[in-house]
Amino acid sequence: MKRVLIIGATSAIANACARLWAEEGSEFFLVARNAEKLDQAAADLRARGAKSVTTCTLDLAHLEEHSTLVESCVQSLRQIDIALIAHGTLPDQKACEQDVNVALKEFANNGTSVISLLTLLANQFERQRCGSMAIISSVAADRGRPSNYVYGTAKAAVSTFCEGLQARMFKLGVHVMTIKPGFVDTPMTQGLKLPGLLLARPDDVARLILSGLQRKKAVLYTPRFWSLIMLIIKLVPNFVFKRINL
Amino acid sequence: MSASYHSWGRYPYERLTGEACQWQSDLPVALRRIVDTHGTTLPFGNGRSYGDSCMAASGHVLCMRTLDRFIEVDWAAGIIRAEAGVTLAEILSLAIPRGWFLAVTPGTKFVTLGGAIANDVHGKNHHARGTFGNHVRCFGLVRNCQEPVVCSPSQNADLFAATIGGLGLTGIVNWAEIQLIPIQSSQIDCSVVRFDNLGEFFSLSSELDPQHEYSVAWIDCLAKGGQTGRGVFIVGDHAEYGSLEAETRSRLMVPVAPPVSLINRLSLKAFNETYWRVHPAALTRKRVNYEPFFYPLDRILHWNRIYGRKGFQQYQCVIPDVEAESATRELLKNIADSGQGSFLAVLKRCGDISSPGLLSFPRPGTSLALDFPQNSRLEKDLFSRLDCIVREAGGRLYPAKDAHMLGSDFRRFYPAWEKLEALRDPSLNSRFWRRVTA
Repeated sequence: MKRVLIIGATSAIANACARLWAEEGSEFFLVARNAEKLDQAAADLRARGAKSVTTCTLDLAHLEEHSTLVESCVQSLRQIDIALIAHGTLPDQKACEQDVNVALKEFANNGTSVISLLTLLANQFERQRCGSMAIISSVAADRGRPSNYVYGTAKAAVSTFCEGLQARMFKLGVHVMTIKPGFVDTPMTQGLKLPGLLLARPDDVARLILSGLQRKKAVLYTPRFWSLIMLIIKLVPNFVFKRINL
Repeated sequence: MSASYHSWGRYPYERLTGEACQWQSDLPVALRRIVDTHGTTLPFGNGRSYGDSCMAASGHVLCMRTLDRFIEVDWAAGIIRAEAGVTLAEILSLAIPRGWFLAVTPGTKFVTLGGAIANDVHGKNHHARGTFGNHVRCFGLVRNCQEPVVCSPSQNADLFAATIGGLGLTGIVNWAEIQLIPIQSSQIDCSVVRFDNLGEFFSLSSELDPQHEYSVAWIDCLAKGGQTGRGVFIVGDHAEYGSLEAETRSRLMVPVAPPVSLINRLSLKAFNETYWRVHPAALTRKRVNYEPFFYPLDRILHWNRIYGRKGFQQYQCVIPDVEAESATRELLKNIADSGQGSFLAVLKRCGDISSPGLLSFPRPGTSLALDFPQNSRLEKDLFSRLDCIVREAGGRLYPAKDAHMLGSDFRRFYPAWEKLEALRDPSLNSRFWRRVTA
C-alpha cells in the first residue's frame, strides 16, 4: 500500500501507473483538469482495488492555486510516498512559431507549472525525509529539434531542475526520478505519424516506471533503447544537425 | 495515430483502418466524425471475430479497446459495470480473488465486454447457463446523432434484444453491467474420457451433461469409418475448495505468420492420433486450473498466425437435436474425406435456455466448430457441401466465425434479421451484413 499523488491523472501513462498501484490497494490523491474524466478514472481505480481515491479538479496553469493544492493533498494523504507529475500538452510547433503567446503558454504548461509544483512538493518531502518524486519529462529535452523545440525547451528546463533537485533531496533520503518516454501510443500522440516499431504501450511504460522507482533510478528512458537513440542524436555534430530535419 | 487491423482469421484480406476512442465523452463526437468522412463505421473490440462480421463496410472502424475502465463493482452481489472495451481477462483478474467468475465465458478471455454482447457468445456451460446475453443486466447504447440510451429487459427492450447478438449494428455499446457467479476456488474438478465414435459422444453427453456445469468434446476430424467422430469428452465443475488465484502465467507467442500454414495433413494426422491415445479410456478425474480448462489457446499469443499469411476460416454450425447425430456424422465424414481441418475441433451439446438476443446463434442441438487453413478451393469444394447438410438438417451457422455464408442461407437461418435491420443504426454497417442482406 502506497500513498500516491498524481498530477495529470487522466493522462495515459499516469493512468496506467495508477492501475498498477491500485492493485496493491494504494491511496490516491488525483489532480486533473477535466472533472468528468477524472471521476471516471477515479471510479476505475476504486474498482481495481484502490483503498481510497480523492480527486481535485484544477487547471494547473493557475499557479497561484498550487500551494492550496499541495496542502489539501497532504491533508488527505498525510504522507506522500510517491508524487507522479505527469501533466503536459504537446504543442503545435508551427503555431508556437507564429504566435509568441502560444509559445509562452505551452512553456508555462510544460515547464513553469512543473517547476512551481516541484518547489512546493520538495518542501513537503523535505519534512517527510522519505518518498519518491517521479517527473515525466521527455526525450525531446535532450536536444532542441526543429520539429518540437518549444516542447523540448520546457522539458529541458524540467530535466535540469530535476537534476538539481535530485542532488538536494538525495541527502535527505528522498528519491527524485526524471522519466524520459519516447513515442508512446497515447491520445497525446494520436494524429502523429510515428514509426510503429518505436511505439510503446502506456502499460509497458508504466511497468518500467514502477521498476525504476523501486531501483531508485535517477533518469529513466522508457523504453530503455531510447537512451541509445538519444545518445546518437546528441553525438551528431552541430554542422550536420542544423542541416537535417528531426 | 490511426492503426491497421484485421479479423482473427486474417481473412478476408482487406486491412481495416481505425481510430481509438479514449473517453466516453469522445464517443459520440468520434462516431459522428468518422461517419461524416467515411459514410459508415463499426465498433471494433479486440479483433477476435474470425470472419468479416467485425470488419466495417467502409473499412474504417471505431476502436473500443481503449475504453477500458471499470465503473462500479459490487463484490457483495457479484455485479460489475464496466466500459465496453474491458476484456473478460481483465474482469477475471479482478473477480477471481474476490470469489466470482464469469457466468458464461467463450474459449478465449481476450474478447471485450462489448464484443461478447455483440456476438452473444456462449461457452462450455451453455446447457446450464445459456449465453453471455442471459447474464447482461443492462448496457448503454450510443447511436449516431442521438442521445445515449440505457437498455435492459425492461427499458428500451427492443434495442436490448436486438443488440445482444446484434453484431455491433444497433449502436455502440459504451458500457455494460453483468452478473457474475460465485466460486469457492479457481480450480476446476475435471473428468475426461476418450470415446471411439460419434454414437458414444451422444450417449456420454446425455449421461454427463446434466451432472456437470461444463461439458465439451474434442473431435478427431480426420477419423474415418467406424471411428468417425472419435474424440475426448471433457466435463468440469468449479471446485468446492482451494485457492482463489487469477492466473498470471507467462505466455508463448507466435512471432510472425509463416508463408505457409503449419497445419497440414501430415502434422494434423500425427497430432490427432497422439492426442486421442494419451487420453484415458475410462472416465478419469483430475483437478486443473481454470486457465487451461477454459482458455487452452490463450496460452499462445497470436496463435492465429500458425495458419500462415493466407489465414484460416472457422466453420461453426449448430444442428437441432432430431437430426444432430446423422447430420454431424455426415459433416465429419465430408471433412475427413477432404483431409483438411485442424487440431482444434469442438463438439458441444447446446441446451434449451433461450437467449434474450434476436440473432443469437446457439439453439438446442449440437454445435460443431473447427478451423481450416484458407485455400482457394475451400469454400467451393468443402464448405458448400457442409452448408448443404446444415441447411437440410435445419441447423445454422455462426456469424461471428463466418466469412462465407450465403445471403439466402443467413436469411433462412435468422428470420429475425429484418427486425435487426429495422433497428440498425444506419451509420453502422459491416462487410458481413452487407454481404448477407444484399
